Amino acid sequence: MSNDDGLELLSFYRRMLLIREFEQRLDRFFADGRIHGTTHSCTGQEATAVGACAALSASDYVTSNHRGHGHFIAKGGDPKRLMAELFGKATGVSGGRGGSQHVADLSIGFLGSNGITGGGLPIATGAALAIKIQKRDSVVLCFFGDGAANQGTFHESVNMAAIWKLPVIFFCENNLYAMSTPFACNFPIQNVCVRAAGYAMAGEVIDGNDFFAVRDAVSAAAGRVRAGNGPCLIEALTYRHCGHSKSDGCEYRTRDEEAAWRLNDPIANMKRRLLQTAAPAEIEQAEREAAGMIDEAVAFALQSPPPDTAGLEDSIWVS
Amino acid sequence: MAEIFYSQAIRDALREELLRDERVFLLGEDIAGYGGAFRITRGLVEEFGPERIRNTPISENSIVGVGVGAAMLGLRPVIEIMFMDFITLAIDQLFNHAAKFRFMFGEQVRLPMVIRTPGGGRRGYGPTHSQSLETLFISMPGIKIVAPATPHDAKGLLKSAIRDDNPVLFVENKTLYGMRGEVPDGDYTVPIGKASVLREGRDITLISYSQMVHECIKAADALAADGVFAEVIDVRSLNPLDMDTLCESVQKTGRVVIAEEGHRTGGVSAEIGFRLFESLHYYLDAPIKRVAAKDVPVPAAPVLEKYVLPDWTNVLQAAHEILAEN
Repeated sequence: MSNDDGLELLSFYRRMLLIREFEQRLDRFFADGRIHGTTHSCTGQEATAVGACAALSASDYVTSNHRGHGHFIAKGGDPKRLMAELFGKATGVSGGRGGSQHVADLSIGFLGSNGITGGGLPIATGAALAIKIQKRDSVVLCFFGDGAANQGTFHESVNMAAIWKLPVIFFCENNLYAMSTPFACNFPIQNVCVRAAGYAMAGEVIDGNDFFAVRDAVSAAAGRVRAGNGPCLIEALTYRHCGHSKSDGCEYRTRDEEAAWRLNDPIANMKRRLLQTAAPAEIEQAEREAAGMIDEAVAFALQSPPPDTAGLEDSIWVS
Repeated sequence: MAEIFYSQAIRDALREELLRDERVFLLGEDIAGYGGAFRITRGLVEEFGPERIRNTPISENSIVGVGVGAAMLGLRPVIEIMFMDFITLAIDQLFNHAAKFRFMFGEQVRLPMVIRTPGGGRRGYGPTHSQSLETLFISMPGIKIVAPATPHDAKGLLKSAIRDDNPVLFVENKTLYGMRGEVPDGDYTVPIGKASVLREGRDITLISYSQMVHECIKAADALAADGVFAEVIDVRSLNPLDMDTLCESVQKTGRVVIAEEGHRTGGVSAEIGFRLFESLHYYLDAPIKRVAAKDVPVPAAPVLEKYVLPDWTNVLQAAHEILAEN
C-alpha cells in the first residue's frame, strides 16, 4: 500500500482507539461490578484486528475467537450493540444470550466470535468451501491465537483447506501466552508459522503491532487466496496488555517484559506514523470521536431493556 | 409401491434431494467412489461429481465444523460419520457450535445440516464400532434426532431432515441396511417429531425406535399368540419427542415397556419413561419397564455381544413381568 489516504488512515486510527476505549471501559465496569460474567480483553492487539480487516472488503468474512471484541468492531460491528451484549441487554448483538464471546453479525461478514479455543477454524474452512462451491469472489479470514494452533481443529481444518485450495487466510495472533503458558512451553518450534510447510502453504511472520505490516500482509495474501492459490498462514506477533481474562493478575510474566511491549504499542505506533501526514488537531479529533462513540455505546446499553424470557424455549430452532 | 432395502431408501433420498436442490452436498470419509463404509453413497459421485460428493480426510470434528460454516453461508451439507462411535470426536462442533448458533445468533443464522451415522451392534465389531449413543444427544437442546426403523421411514425422514433448516442427527442402523420394505413411488416425506403406531393393542404398550422396533414386533407376535394385544409404537424422532402419541397409548393400556439398544443407565428409555410417569402415573397399572443394553461396553464375541444387547426375548420377559401385576 503506497498511496495511503490520510482520511482513511485517520479512520483506521479511530477504529483502533475505539477498540482500546471499549476494552478499557469494560475493565472498569467489571471492576465496579456493573457488569458480570467474563471478558477477554484485546488491549494491545488492536493493529491485528484493524489491520487485517482493513485489507478485506465488506463481502469478505471473518471468524473470531474468545478475544473477539476488536475483530467485531474492526469488521464494522456496532459498538453500541456489543456494549449492550456485555450488559446483558435485549439490544445486544445476541440479545444477551451470548455475552462477550458469542456474537455474530452476518450482515458485515462476521461469522462469530467463539468460546471454544480453535472452534472457529473449521467454520472458517466451511465458509470458504461454500464460497468456492458458490463460485463467489469472497475470502474468509480466520482469527485464532497461538493456543488454538495446538488444537486438533487447527491441523484438521488447515489440511482440508489446503487439499481443497480454499479461499481462507489463517491469521494467528501470537500473543506469546496461551492463557498463562508461555509459547516455548507449548511449542517445540520457534514460530507457529513453521507449521504452514506441513500443509504446503505459504506462511509468514509479521509484526502484529504495526498496522501497516498487518494490512499489507493480509492484502497481499487476500489477493493470492482470491486468485485460487489456496490458503495461507500469517502469524502476527503481538501482546495483550492485560491478563487472559478479567481475573488474571499476570503472575506468569514479568513487569519488565510488559513494559518492553508497551513501548511497541500498536496505537502509539500508528499515531507516530499519522503525525507525519495528519495535523495534530485531526488526530485529537479522532481521539475525541472514539471516546464519544464509546460514551454513546455505554448510554445505549444502559438505556436498553433487559431481554425477555418469554419465547426462549421456542427459539432454539427455526420453526 | 416398490420393495427396496433400507440402504437403498437412504441412497434414493440422498439422490433425489441432490437433484431437487443444488445447495445440497455430501461430505464424509470415503463416501465418493468407495461409497462409504456401508456403501450407502455408492454411485453418487459418478452422477453428481466430486464437488457435491466430497471425500474428506479423517477429521470428524472439523468435518462437522466445515458443515456448520458451509450451512451458515446457505449450503445444505449432509455429513456422513462412518460409525456412530466416531461422532464422539465431533461432539465439540455439534454441542458447542451447531446446537447453539441459532439460539445465540438469532434469526440471521440457519443451520440446515444433516449428520447421518450408523449406530448399533450385532455385527461383532466390538466396543468402539457398536455403540448406540443417541442418549448423549437427547439432553442437548438444539439438535433434532431421528432414528428410522423401516425403509419407508428412512427415506421419508431423511428427506425431511435435508429440507429442515436445523441440525438433524440421522441415526441409521447397521443391521437394518439389509432389511427390505415398501416405499411409495415418487416424492414423499415423513414428518420429524411424529411417532408411528405400528400395531394397535389394548393390553400393553411397547415403545422403541430403530432396530429395537423389530424386536418389539416379534415380542408382540409372541404375546398375541397368548391372547395379549400389545400396541407397538415406533418413536422415530427422539427430539422432538411425540409424547402425545405415547401418552395416548399408555392411557389406554396402563402398561408400558420401553426398549432401546443403548445402555440402560441414563438412556433414552429412562427419559421417555420418566416423562410418562410424570404425566400419567395415575393411569399406570404396573411399573414402567426398561429394556436396554447392559451397562458394559458392547463386546465383539457373538456370545458376549448377545448377552449384552437386548432382543425380543427381553422385551417379552419385561412384558410378562408387568402383565403379572394387578
